[in-house]
Amino acid sequence: MTALHHSLLPRVALPALALLAAFPLVMQAIDQPFYIVLATRILIFALAASSLNLLIGFGGMVSFGHAAFFGTGAYTVGILMVHGVESAWIAWPAAVLMSALAALLIGAISLHTRGVYFIMITLAFAQMIYYVFVSLKAYGGDDGLTLAGRSQIGFGVDLASDVVFYYVVLAIVATLLVLLGRLVNARFGRALQAIRENETRAQAIGFPAYRYKLACFVLGGAMAGLAGVLIVNQNELASPNLLHWMQSGMLMIMVILGGVGFLYGGALGALVLLLLEETLSEYTIHWQLGVGLVLLAVVLFAPNGLLSLARRRTAGG
Amino acid sequence: MVEPLLALRGLTKRFGGLTATDGVTLDIAPGEIHALIGPNGAGKTTLIHQISGALPPDDGSVTFGGREITQLAMHERVAAGLVRSFQVTNIFQRFSVLDNVALAVQAGSGSSMAFWRPAAREAKLFREAHALLARIGLADKAASTAATLAHGEQRQLEVGLALATRPTLLLLDEPLAGMGPEESERMVQLIAGLARTCTILLVEHDMQAVFRLATRISVLVSGRIIASGAPDDVRRDNEVRRAYLGDEVPSAAA
Repeated sequence: MTALHHSLLPRVALPALALLAAFPLVMQAIDQPFYIVLATRILIFALAASSLNLLIGFGGMVSFGHAAFFGTGAYTVGILMVHGVESAWIAWPAAVLMSALAALLIGAISLHTRGVYFIMITLAFAQMIYYVFVSLKAYGGDDGLTLAGRSQIGFGVDLASDVVFYYVVLAIVATLLVLLGRLVNARFGRALQAIRENETRAQAIGFPAYRYKLACFVLGGAMAGLAGVLIVNQNELASPNLLHWMQSGMLMIMVILGGVGFLYGGALGALVLLLLEETLSEYTIHWQLGVGLVLLAVVLFAPNGLLSLARRRTAGG
Repeated sequence: MVEPLLALRGLTKRFGGLTATDGVTLDIAPGEIHALIGPNGAGKTTLIHQISGALPPDDGSVTFGGREITQLAMHERVAAGLVRSFQVTNIFQRFSVLDNVALAVQAGSGSSMAFWRPAAREAKLFREAHALLARIGLADKAASTAATLAHGEQRQLEVGLALATRPTLLLLDEPLAGMGPEESERMVQLIAGLARTCTILLVEHDMQAVFRLATRISVLVSGRIIASGAPDDVRRDNEVRRAYLGDEVPSAAA
């Protein structure tokens, strides 16, 4: 049975949050600052994948163009910085807004289609945006746009420090996951899941399906935009790769790996995939082969993602 | 004559060369149980689709409560009080019976653009949902997954979903389809009860049930209404007998 309710699982989430809060201190103590950067990257992708999971897992919208919103957020910060806007308080909301706007336009058109057509049209839109940025020579074109530094947030907090940046990212990602949990259990989330489950029926009891799906698409796009804001600050580079369809595919793999429609599915998928990439690439440049095998195993033995294993165990015991 | 609750004027729907409904004109008065009968392929479900907004008519108009609604989307018609159930059971299979009904109550009680407050804590939603389950006879199944219900119970839930939105006019598309005698009897009782709170347009093949429930009957054959009137008049109508009813009509004496 599919429960409509999705717990934030405080008994797991709070200890995890405590561990994450202590993580940089431990890494500094053992002099492994590199892992702080890796953990930041994982957190950012946890946010991006969670935003895609909102679309796929809760809204039933299999979008293959999610990188468009991720990249739009990143480029907005980069372009504003080129023009002298370094304040996070201006650039970050502007970037989220731009991503939301892009999602509104793309969603408004794409949501008139279904199934494979929806997958293809979202992919096509994302690739269009990709080529737009590749052709913008003023903003780096193919090579991407190198930032002069990270955004300024003032109050004596300097994002240039990887540790400070890590904590800012952690605070943002944790807040967004709580918001996501509230959203899926609120009226909106229930209506959305009803539409995912049976759209005709949902309309026949009076839910305006298109409107709710579009709202979901825009929220997911905005959330991906915020993840883009963070990744561009982390990398200090807005690369067209962030917009490429392979990035969309990567996010989709994370969601499938972690668990479509599970609140923490995107986060767990990001963690597993990026750790796999990190460990396997130390041994071979063909690390993607290993990732493929793991993905194959998950799809065969836990077709609903890794989190479905945890649910099965709790249901059994 | 009372102002009709629902007025169909010349509703026409063509699928390629086939005219599924051919200028259907029909009035449903408030408070009726209006049965729509006719042989398979007469266009009954196509007509329901056009009334509920699932299919746009090629020609003609639908007026509901004095307001023209021909162009309205399905959810807008539901908001106006015009709600349908489905011929083939169409419920939220993987959700619990209670959640099924609570969703329908939610859909009928204001906007769902609410992002913060857990819906599960809206006591009113679930109070209403429980009351409705009692009314449709599924109170003891509240926690079951909808897919695990027996066929008859799923049909009851199907009607319950439509009912939860507090309709003024309920379109019931073959509510007795595939039911055994006992289940049928329960459903007939349920429909008779519903008629106290809303007007019903009933599409049904079970003639026993139709003649027990209906206050008026219209007969649809090849996309046209060939007769419309009180059950006894329809029963006696020669054209209807020839076209459709035949031996199935329970004799007037019975």
